[in-house]
Parts: sequence; structure tokens; C-alpha cells
Amino acid sequence: MTYPLDPRLSVLPERLSRIRKVVVFTSSKGGVGKTLISATASLTLSRRGIRVGLLDIDVTNPTAHIVLGVDPSKVKPVEDRGIIPPEVYGVKFMSPVFFTEDRPTALRGESVSSAIREILSVTLWTGVDVLIIDTPPGVSDELLELVTNIRRFDAVVVTTPSILSIRSAMKLLDLISPKVSGVAINMVQGKSASEVTQLIKELKLPVYVLPYDPMVEQAIGNPQKMLATEFAREVDRQISSSIMSSLLNKDLNHQ
Amino acid sequence: MHEWALAEAVATSLSRYIRDVGTSKIERLIIALGELQAIDREIFEFALSEIMRSSGIDVKSLELVTEEAVFKCNACGYEWRLKDLNIPEEIRESIHFLPEAVFAYVKCPRCGSPDFVIVKGRGLNIVGIEL
Repeated sequence: MTYPLDPRLSVLPERLSRIRKVVVFTSSKGGVGKTLISATASLTLSRRGIRVGLLDIDVTNPTAHIVLGVDPSKVKPVEDRGIIPPEVYGVKFMSPVFFTEDRPTALRGESVSSAIREILSVTLWTGVDVLIIDTPPGVSDELLELVTNIRRFDAVVVTTPSILSIRSAMKLLDLISPKVSGVAINMVQGKSASEVTQLIKELKLPVYVLPYDPMVEQAIGNPQKMLATEFAREVDRQISSSIMSSLLNKDLNHQ
Repeated sequence: MHEWALAEAVATSLSRYIRDVGTSKIERLIIALGELQAIDREIFEFALSEIMRSSGIDVKSLELVTEEAVFKCNACGYEWRLKDLNIPEEIRESIHFLPEAVFAYVKCPRCGSPDFVIVKGRGLNIVGIEL
């Protein structure tokens, strides 16, 4: 007799069913700014009055808490018929770091998948309309776990203007193209927006051009300071407004 | 009590299974509780019974069996058990929430490698259904 699959997979649709939009920030290369964009988009959406959650699924090296200034030894999720994420600047925030205390965590693929299933199956995102997911770089177990087990999500592929990063992003786009809702080109300097957009114009996808802003590094760990940067203004103007518009369109389509 | 969330996962899974096989009754259900996750047996059993009752899943006999947690080092091949380790209570709590957190706190007791696997006894599994 074949027994049911991993029970955790059965409950995933229910856990995410009341979330109106899931947006996954992903990239082929590391260091392109996914975590900064994910965290900043969450903060700007919260400032816009959207009920937002941020999930860091980088199991081996989570860093979104550093951007938000969260000390995992002091801030903890609450257990109540599931796990309720703590709220940071209006953002419901969940990360493996709450359980690993920011210690180096070496996991092989199967354990990475298992950890993500566990987090997704026990976290209660009650009251969250938009869930932002920050992923580690590459076509990793983390990304595959999302693609396989979450039916509805939009992916934003993040790259820098470097040709190495863009070529890698193209491969990722090819792989998950039906899920991709936009491409964010981060740390743009010395090139005009139109020049950069030209690089991936044939994709016919929305392109978000984000500037290289030296103030960002100093704002890490201080959400208020981060929100005051030019980078955050552009994340808000381009990415968060686009997420809001899609929510509005959904509402209009359901009327 | 996140045992409720885990019980809900099992009940949802069972609900789908019995719908697929076309029954609402289960004679015997056996669930293995991995020692590593340290699920509170009493709460889990209560939660599962409540959720199954409200979901219309009729289980005549529910058995919860504990599965010992065993680890194996990928570097030197050494095998060890959870009971061989002395893990402080606050870390056990973290592992209770996320069993893979064990990789942040434990290394091979013989060679010190962080590269090991959980051979068995991680979390909960449905191991037997008799209709």
C-alpha cells in the first residue's frame, strides 16, 4: 500500500491560501542584492499599508535579519497552534536564523528541502496579504522546493549590470520563465537606465532599474535609515508599486 | 503548541488519501514520531484526534511510535544516537521547531566533521494505514 506523501506537503496550500500574492526574489549569482531588495520591498509595502510577510529561505546562510536589524537571540516567533512570525517594522518576518542562532549550518540537499517544508508547513501567516520570499542564489534546492510545491507565485529575477550576472540571469529566466514577473537590475551606475534595459529588452518583461547607492551599506540593520535611501525610493517606486497594482487589478477582476 | 500545525498536516494528508481510496474509515493508523523533533505526544494525539473528528476521519486505532534519532558522519562513517549527545534545553527547543537546526549545533563526535546526515528519527511520518 502506498501511504500519503510527506504530510507537510499536504498542508502547504492551506498555509498559503489566504495570501493574495507571493513574490519570490531569486538570482543565479550571489551578491546581486536579493536580500536587500526583498527586505526593502517588504518595508516599503508595509509603509504603504500592505499587510506583508518576509520569509528568508536561505537555510545555510540566512541574512535578511541583518538588514532588518533583528537580533535572533532576542526576537523569537511565538508558538500557538503553529509558529507565528514576529513583527519587525510592520513586517511579519520568518527565518531559519531564529532556530540556528546565526551559527554556520552545513546541510545537504535533502535536509535543505526538509527544512523549507517544515518552515512552510508550520508557519501561520495569518493576516498577511503579500508574502515576499528571499532565496539563496542559484537553481538551488530552495528554489526547486518553491517551484515544485508552491503553485502560485511571481518570481523577480535579480541581476547586476555585469554581463556575467545577466548571462546567468538569462539561464534562470529560461528555466522558470512562466513564473517570472519582472527582472530587477541592481547596483546600476555609469550606464543609463535605457542602456541597461536594452540588455534584456527581448524578454518583454518589466525591468526594474535600481541604482548603486553607497548609503545602503550604512543603512543595513536600520530599517528607518534604509527607507530614506535612494535605493529604497526606487524599490518602492518600481517594485512595490507594481506589486500594489497587481493586487488592485486582482480586486478589479474579481468585481 | 505547534504540534497542532503538525497534526493538521497529518489530517490533511489522511483526508486526501482516504478520499482517493474511497473510504472514510481507517481501522489502524500508525504514526512514527522522530525522537529529534521531540513532539509532545499527548498534545499531538489530542490535536490529531480533534482535527480528524472535525474532518470526518474515523480512526479506530491510533498508534504513536517513537523512532530513535540516529546520525551518520559523511566524512568518517561514524554513527551515533541523539542520546549520546548532551544538548542544552534551549537548543532542544530550537530543534523541536526545526529539526534541521541540529546541523548548527552538532558535529561528528568522532572526527568533528559538520557533514553528517540524519539517518532516522527526524520528525513525524505516517508509517502504517490499515483500512
